Amino acid sequence: MRISKEEILHVAGLARLHMQQEDMARMADQLGTILAYVDTLQAVDTQGIAPMSHAVHLVNALREDVIGEHVGVEMALANAPEPEDGHFMVPKIVG
Amino acid sequence: MISTKGLSIHEARRHLDAGDFTSVALTRQILDEITRKDSLINSYITVAEAGALAQAEAADEKIRKGEAGPLTGIPVGLKDLIVTQGMPTTCASRMLENFVSPYDATVVEKLLQAGAVIPGKLNMDEFAMGSSSETSFFGPVKNPWDLSRIPGGSSGGSAAAVAAGLCLGALGSDTGGSIRQPAAHCGVVGMKPTYGRVSRYGVVAFASSLDQIGPMARNVEDCALLLQAIAGYDSRDSTSVNIPVPDYSALLSRDLSGLTIGLPVEYHGAEGMDPEMAEAIREGVQVVKACGAKTVEVRLPHMPYAVAAYYVIASSEASTNLARFDGIRYGYRTQNPSDLLDLYEKSRSEGFGEEVKRRILIGTYALSSGYYDAYYNQALKVRALIARDFTEAFSCCDLLAAPVTPAPAFPLGSAAGDPLSMYLADIFTISVNLAGIPAMSVPCGFTRAGLPMGLQLLGKPFDEGTLLRAGYAYEKEAALNIGVADPADGMKR
Repeated sequence: MRISKEEILHVAGLARLHMQQEDMARMADQLGTILAYVDTLQAVDTQGIAPMSHAVHLVNALREDVIGEHVGVEMALANAPEPEDGHFMVPKIVG
Repeated sequence: MISTKGLSIHEARRHLDAGDFTSVALTRQILDEITRKDSLINSYITVAEAGALAQAEAADEKIRKGEAGPLTGIPVGLKDLIVTQGMPTTCASRMLENFVSPYDATVVEKLLQAGAVIPGKLNMDEFAMGSSSETSFFGPVKNPWDLSRIPGGSSGGSAAAVAAGLCLGALGSDTGGSIRQPAAHCGVVGMKPTYGRVSRYGVVAFASSLDQIGPMARNVEDCALLLQAIAGYDSRDSTSVNIPVPDYSALLSRDLSGLTIGLPVEYHGAEGMDPEMAEAIREGVQVVKACGAKTVEVRLPHMPYAVAAYYVIASSEASTNLARFDGIRYGYRTQNPSDLLDLYEKSRSEGFGEEVKRRILIGTYALSSGYYDAYYNQALKVRALIARDFTEAFSCCDLLAAPVTPAPAFPLGSAAGDPLSMYLADIFTISVNLAGIPAMSVPCGFTRAGLPMGLQLLGKPFDEGTLLRAGYAYEKEAALNIGVADPADGMKR
């Protein structure tokens, strides 16, 4: 199965990954091989079979809406690469 | 002092309670062994010497007061995707190189409550994606039985550390075989419990519908003790199942009469099986029969599609789970991005390794508009058929016996550039995760070249007890002397 460079760029964009030009051909090739293998699934007759997203049949796990233990601002920001004044900093979004 | 080398958890327990040595002494010996051996094996990412010794002192106090439980004072390592307060959790990725969790995972809370000592965090494939522990940002783990070979993965650090006596037990995670396959390659016992049996709270997610935490140890008895400590309902994991946990140690027995073991023809007649491995599995089945079990042939007709279904489902879930790594709230952040999109793309591309990016791309592709039904939905339907195969097989037997891997551990670097070939080696482990059932790898000897092999036992949902019982009987009857791997001694089996 052939995956074009355009398709790789499109998917990489959706996944918020920056694709280096020199990696493109190899990635397209490997993805093509893997997807061709995965295509064997098309041969399975799944008429009338419900998709199985989970192994256990649990319905919504609900609890009372009460405040429990929480980490607080300082701890929540402790791993942020660029915290400032109790906030997560991002580059300027509106010009 | 009595040597702590090669001791199992239950043996160490006896000595600790008898006062033959203290947990501090045991922990120091473990730390010394790490210093002596781990530059060769690379099984630890973080060694927490001060923390471990403090925990050991507290454990000794409990032991003196007669308040010790089965794991009090026992050094247990953690795969580095299980979050720990005050100690880094890296997922073996540049992305989380400096990440320190603000809270402990439920399994960590449970181990600490049980008085266990945590010597450190164990190496793995980056974000648990791989079968060789070669994709770690911190360098590959080596197989302690043969340093030129992989230890298996993704819990390769956990398996290698247990095999080499660098901890007495460890926790790993298993999404498609990541506990059982490295256990087999390193000659230790490893169990993937039923999905929902052990809380995933505080475990960095790879594929949320498949991931499960489980124990790795030198023998089945120890495995039962570790599972006992971590199993059970947790309201913080919405997929945790609220059913009673039996006393696993009480179920261990050398007598398997009354049990029927199913032998899936698709597994036992699999193409590409290493002849020595096939022979070891045949012998393993004979040993289980000698313990009183009966055998019956069963069929799992959709087994040939398991690997394909798995790679669609696991990669799809990974692509969504790993979307959280945006370079803003935690984790790696690129320098001088031109705008927000550039910040996302560069942080992720520089922070993630090649295999992780490959799986994110496969998953994103499978979930993208126009392909969702053909790939993701079809994979979920095939998953349902695979689960149904197991239900039908278990209608005439209590558990299944199978190989863990088609061949023993392969040389480091041999699958480079060909990711599909490595995916295919997971053929015997992957369907278990799709169905959510429990399974265990038990050592079944060495190849002539001295590489460990594993026998896999697969059980009904929430019937870990029968798995442990059969594994224990097998282990006692086979009486294999596995020993402790010591590459620093230049000693090979």
